[in-house]
Amino acid sequence: MLFDTLKTMLAAFGPTGQEGKVAEEVKALLQDKVDGMKMDVMGNLIVEKKGRENGKTIMFSAHMDHIGLVVTDIEETGYLRVTNVGGISLEMTKTRHVVFGNGVEGVVVCQPTKGETAGLQHLFVDIGAEDKADALSKVNLGDVCVYAPDCFRLGEHRVASPAMDDRCACALLAELLMQIENPVNTVVGVFSTQEEVGLRGANTAAYQVAPDLGVALDVTAWGDTPETKLPAVKLGAGAAIKFMDRSHIATPVVRDGLIAAAEKANVPYQREVLPFGGTDGAAIQHSRGGVPAGTLSIPCRYVHSACEVIDMRDMESALAILKEFVNAKF
Amino acid sequence: MDLKTLCEMNGASGDEREVRKALLEAAKPLCSHVKIDRMGNVIAYKKGKGNGKRHVLFSAHMDEIGFIIINATEDGLLQFKPIGGVDPRVAVSKYVVVGEKKVKGVIGALAIHLQSADDRKRVLGYDNLFIDIGAKDKDEALRECPPGSFVYYDNDYQEFGMGSVVAKALDDRIGCYNLLRILEGEYEADITCAFVVQEEVGLRGATGAAFASDADTVIVLEGTTAGDMGDVDPVRRVCEPGLGVCVSFMDNASIANRELYKELMDLAQEKGIAHQVKRGATGGNDAGAYQRGKEGKRTCVLSVPCRYIHGPSSVVKLSDIEAQYELAKAYAEQA
Repeated sequence: MLFDTLKTMLAAFGPTGQEGKVAEEVKALLQDKVDGMKMDVMGNLIVEKKGRENGKTIMFSAHMDHIGLVVTDIEETGYLRVTNVGGISLEMTKTRHVVFGNGVEGVVVCQPTKGETAGLQHLFVDIGAEDKADALSKVNLGDVCVYAPDCFRLGEHRVASPAMDDRCACALLAELLMQIENPVNTVVGVFSTQEEVGLRGANTAAYQVAPDLGVALDVTAWGDTPETKLPAVKLGAGAAIKFMDRSHIATPVVRDGLIAAAEKANVPYQREVLPFGGTDGAAIQHSRGGVPAGTLSIPCRYVHSACEVIDMRDMESALAILKEFVNAKF
Repeated sequence: MDLKTLCEMNGASGDEREVRKALLEAAKPLCSHVKIDRMGNVIAYKKGKGNGKRHVLFSAHMDEIGFIIINATEDGLLQFKPIGGVDPRVAVSKYVVVGEKKVKGVIGALAIHLQSADDRKRVLGYDNLFIDIGAKDKDEALRECPPGSFVYYDNDYQEFGMGSVVAKALDDRIGCYNLLRILEGEYEADITCAFVVQEEVGLRGATGAAFASDADTVIVLEGTTAGDMGDVDPVRRVCEPGLGVCVSFMDNASIANRELYKELMDLAQEKGIAHQVKRGATGGNDAGAYQRGKEGKRTCVLSVPCRYIHGPSSVVKLSDIEAQYELAKAYAEQA
């Protein structure tokens, strides 16, 4: 079930700023299984499952957007010039297969740089166009492409895909909303937009939801491959409960609540301290007069590449933790 | 109010008093209600003739880049720092006016005769640049221009060539100029024109204005970087003066609402208003703050292409200023 939901989420086209198709998939999954759904002006899909009297309102945020490349200009020869939407690294983008929202496919290539330090300005996308007019009949300035969807198993437990960040958390949140019945606390699931360019969707969603507590669901970095020792997070050792990253320090009530939930569920978990990065947890925490907030992370290797790898055991651990967390007394 | 008057007024981020006062007076007779908020923004509201279902906010920032005095050397040269993004390479040898007394000065650097071969390769930073006001020592310099005095390039507004303008502060007095013109019209929709402060130091005025407004749509009128010069590759030029108002699909601070972007592009097409797509995603402006105010707003940016932006002698085309006005007005009329 969780894996099927994950595959559905991974297949949807949804670069930062154009997350509508992902939202449609989530809507289709959750139709009739929740108490309310609405789409806001930023494109966030806000889903509610009502809790019991005296329960708190907990906002969970999983971002639908996926990093990509936006077309800034088209050469006379029909090649597209692009720049990043979110944290695209040059090295990980070279000679990649990409796809646009209308299905047009392309290859990202880095031109020879004649002694200059290579940068994103040296990239072009080859969509097989004969010339500028031909290219313009397929794509326009402002259109965005992403790494072409893919999803394959690595060994028994692991899965690789370009959009794992953060569709694995979208799958997790969708499953949570489908599986819980009559929770103690009201659960508001926000499938957020524009996280990759600065937590923009979660910011306005948090204002509307005005929750008592907030939890971002996102991927985190790994420290278990050759020559990569930070952070102390491994794949397969359970979901990671964030203590801090560059964007926020988890509010103790949320962080400790997640730990207590993991212990109650008797599933493995890890403590995560990330010296970089940020999540929607920060946007929730800093909204209105301040909201206690933290992040539950899925360890993910090669984040922001076309082959992001997670471990389904960590997904199961996270789901078990969340199912306890929504029934905790705060 | 004409653009010349607006550009020749001084108002760096945090020192917008003179511009604010002028804008307030100019806006007063044109709208139903105008106020200055606690950040110093001028918020002019014009009730529409319709049912109040649509409320569109147009915004431009009244502040400009500048410098601020921090200290003086023993021999009476003023030390300063930039306000906003000012290229120190552009600053050398420029006339300036300093502080409330409008003391005349010039930004100095060592003459070429006295430079070593290495000096000539080096870019001077704010630690190596000084303002000479002719003071005999530190005491005299700081008495005339105490720390905290704002500094402005001392440049006139001039029209030249085939419909071009050279001036300081075109970014974003052009937007202010066009906001005042928008206020002159009559519309079905409710209109707010927000003249905001402190954009150049991080969208600070707009953050407050965004929170206070219940407009559903925000259109930001700006100036943006034109790179159509020298050996800049045609695909890196971002936009070009003379080709019309520049519509942005995204920049560093916001991604335009896709529907609004399309509405504006279609409207420009339909009305035959000269327009171009901003061919780049650099820079950022108040749309970032508006988009994220409260529950969020639809935003899009309409810019006038501006060469040598953030310098004392920025250059724009009058036809692009008109195109910005026409497209913004056309949007207000159909809203």
